[in-house]
Amino acid sequence: MNDNSNRLNVALHLGDNALILGHRISEWCGHGPVLEQDIAMTNIALDLIGQAKMYFDYAAEIEGQGHDHDYFAYRRDVLDFKNLLLCEIPNGDFAYTIARQFYFDQWHFLLLTELSNSEDERLKEIAQKSLKEVTYHRRWSSEWVIRLGDGTPESKEKMQRAIDDTWYYSGEAFIPVDYENGILPIGLKDQWMKNVKEVIEEATLKMPTDEWMQEGGKTGNHTEHLGFILAEMQYLPRAYPDATW
Amino acid sequence: MTLLESKAWSVLSEVEDPEIPVISVVDLGIVRTVVEEEGILKVAITPTYSGCPATQVIEDSVVDALKAAHLEPFEVKTVLSPSWSTSMISESGKFKLKEYGIAPPADDSTDKMALMGEERQITCPNCGSKDTKMVSQFGSTPCKAHFKCKDCLEPFDYFKCL
Repeated sequence: MNDNSNRLNVALHLGDNALILGHRISEWCGHGPVLEQDIAMTNIALDLIGQAKMYFDYAAEIEGQGHDHDYFAYRRDVLDFKNLLLCEIPNGDFAYTIARQFYFDQWHFLLLTELSNSEDERLKEIAQKSLKEVTYHRRWSSEWVIRLGDGTPESKEKMQRAIDDTWYYSGEAFIPVDYENGILPIGLKDQWMKNVKEVIEEATLKMPTDEWMQEGGKTGNHTEHLGFILAEMQYLPRAYPDATW
Repeated sequence: MTLLESKAWSVLSEVEDPEIPVISVVDLGIVRTVVEEEGILKVAITPTYSGCPATQVIEDSVVDALKAAHLEPFEVKTVLSPSWSTSMISESGKFKLKEYGIAPPADDSTDKMALMGEERQITCPNCGSKDTKMVSQFGSTPCKAHFKCKDCLEPFDYFKCL
């Protein structure tokens, strides 16, 4: 694979993470446990979808075939998507949504911090911009892990279950695939473990220890859930191609 | 600054933010540069939050205003770097926010403290009390947090630091 196709895949991987997780969280719109948290999740979804647009604009430029950001969001199928499996797993109850967001935000924060010094000028610009937003996301999800974990017996039990069940999707981010080579940082896992452990302990929860991790999303091998997301998300542009407001 | 550039700045300083119609896109720091190159006016704007739905509206308003002032030919380009920060809001912009009932962003260090988990003091834009409480870090738009004043009991928006 040449350098350009690696850069294209990385831009799609990062854009797909943001788009699919953004779409997932947006499913909470109108269904949040309280109004403030409904608004918080919608805000986070907006940030992520905005970030996806920046990555897809970059992907379109690298690809050079006259596509725009909408093409990458709406005209690709499951096997073309390169997001982490973590981003596509269903919302579950509020604790599951928080656990998924917490693992993702902790990684996303470290990744963007490193990419803020990337040699790739555009990735650097996007990372510097997104990092400011993700700093708020990470704070929000970490606070909720602590609030629910160190809360009532019921919230604690639910948070522990979510932390345990979601754990198997948290490690894929640290298993490099070919196209990342030399573009994305490696070696973030130790710092991630340290940060995650700190919050989980403050939440009086047990840190999962299993080392086996689910993987495949980065190379297009997805769970059955992604197809359902795409069916909903892509319905309109596929049914009415080139529809405008 | 050329005559054309200065004309453009004054036209753009009349373009309001669609969500906060008391503050212009120049006050907000969205218009980054205005340069005349070989007779073409080149305007660079930058998004506030990545997903802010107002971004496209703002770009359209900028184009409309430049057309209405007959400043063609011009180009409007979006730039990401340096990324927008609340410190780019002008002093007059901060004053207008407060008058409108939105607490302006405190200086950068205050929010860094907040991100480290320390309490910060935000002044109530209605009664001036410092006895306020954050309800949620996320508010009615991506750029605002939701606060309440413990003295006058009014809820208010705080333009959070980025």
